[in-house]
Amino acid sequence: MKRLLIANRGEIAVRIIRAARDLGIETVAVASDADRHAQHALLADTVVNIGPAPATKSYLVPEAIVSAARDSGADAVHPGYGFLSERAAFAAAVADAGLTFVGPDADVIEQMGDKVRARQVAAAAGVPTVPGTPDGVADVAASVAAARETGYPVMLKAAAGGGGRGIRVVADEAELVAAFPQASGEAASAFGDGRMYLERFVRNARHVEVQVLGDGTDAIHVFERECSLQRRRQKVVEEAPSPGIDERIRAEMTAAAVRLCRQVGYRSAGTCEFLVDDETGEFFFIEMNTRIQVEHPVTELITGIDLVAEQLRIAAGEELGIRQSDVTARGHAVEFRVCAENPDKNFMPGPGRIAHVHLPGGPWVRTDTWLAPGSQVSPYYDSLVAKVVVWGHDRATALARSRRALSELVIDGVPSTTSLLLELLDEPWFADGSFGTGTLEQWLAQRAATGVSA
Amino acid sequence: MTRHEVLSPIPGVFYRKPDPDSPDYVKPGQHVSAGDTVGLVEVMKSFYPVEAGAEGTVVDFAAEGESVVEAGQVLVVLEVES
Repeated sequence: MKRLLIANRGEIAVRIIRAARDLGIETVAVASDADRHAQHALLADTVVNIGPAPATKSYLVPEAIVSAARDSGADAVHPGYGFLSERAAFAAAVADAGLTFVGPDADVIEQMGDKVRARQVAAAAGVPTVPGTPDGVADVAASVAAARETGYPVMLKAAAGGGGRGIRVVADEAELVAAFPQASGEAASAFGDGRMYLERFVRNARHVEVQVLGDGTDAIHVFERECSLQRRRQKVVEEAPSPGIDERIRAEMTAAAVRLCRQVGYRSAGTCEFLVDDETGEFFFIEMNTRIQVEHPVTELITGIDLVAEQLRIAAGEELGIRQSDVTARGHAVEFRVCAENPDKNFMPGPGRIAHVHLPGGPWVRTDTWLAPGSQVSPYYDSLVAKVVVWGHDRATALARSRRALSELVIDGVPSTTSLLLELLDEPWFADGSFGTGTLEQWLAQRAATGVSA
Repeated sequence: MTRHEVLSPIPGVFYRKPDPDSPDYVKPGQHVSAGDTVGLVEVMKSFYPVEAGAEGTVVDFAAEGESVVEAGQVLVVLEVES
């Protein structure tokens, strides 16, 4: 691998350019019309314009990216996260053009991107999934029988639905009998298909995921991340290790993730996401992300492994250079996502020009960003502007240091969520790690109701 | 009859239709109620529906579909009974 094209923008493009440079690989950035002067375009060795500002006309056009790679003499393409990173057809197009795709093979992306197939793979690898009906149930009697198997409470979902529509949670058989005909009728009129899918509802759930590395033959885990603090299913704070699981769950969950990777012959960095039942200690596989993730730095800080560099080495055809016994975790790391949004105006995004920016630094603080004075925060792309990642020898130290780091962060010219992240650090439930996937939204709702955010 | 200007609540990209394959939310000459959606503004991957804000008849689109708009920019003009 001599020249790498980065099919992305923002902080992850900057991050990948840096890893490539550490490995002596030349870099090619792609930039839309809106990103001519963006940080990733300024940092790369070469820049190729790939079209107009809307992502659908530039960063999301596989043909534009593949021709940019060909024309610039690149021999590999790193997709980053988001955009085309988990599109099997893009991975195939890159391979068909005779280039190396930095990620798993197209068929693995496709397999893990399909929830039903991913569940089947998990079952084959002996990895638990949320108890439920793999196929839709057609009537009340069938749903009652299925619910006896999965256990209550049960979540009813339209088999043909999506986007969270038509979901009902029922506590017992009486509620199920009452709710089924209604929900099924709604599904029939909305989707033309009244079949319902049934799944155990986990009341107090944590979102914990295992970072993995595979070379197609061997696979290892690089410990887990806790990602329960979410707003509208978007992660806000992530940390490693998870404060919500014990050594038994950690050992079982990481072993399950490795089995899953071996099952599919996984090649690259990836993440197996799990739902943890905080009451029973059970964990269930939800899905696999076949790409690098936003929150990868917390794993890097506790293990000292450069995950992007590992992705590049594996893509270049090297075997895994790290054995499981070499992977050790030390201390605690927390990542805060800073977005150009106003937390006191219902998180309304605020594009604009950065007048002044001061980034936190100092011992054990890493800020991954694309911001610089004069940077244009465009209305066309994601609102993530910086990730403040902090390490401490234990969780309390990491959180105290996070307060210092976030207090140093100054972003003038656009709104930012920094103040909210600082407020979060003062919450006792955050300090003691006693939260689940619903906690952040409940806190925000309460905060809005008590008028803290006027 | 007086003019009512529907303004963009935020800076972003203005859309006249919910998705590329659907018809426009409203057409010139169409009667709308105050709560009717007349367009969408997308900013940083979030979509904000724009309501008419008054009952009246659509006279004109003041902003092109898929164009970048500023907060407070006129998007749609209505004629309302006064």
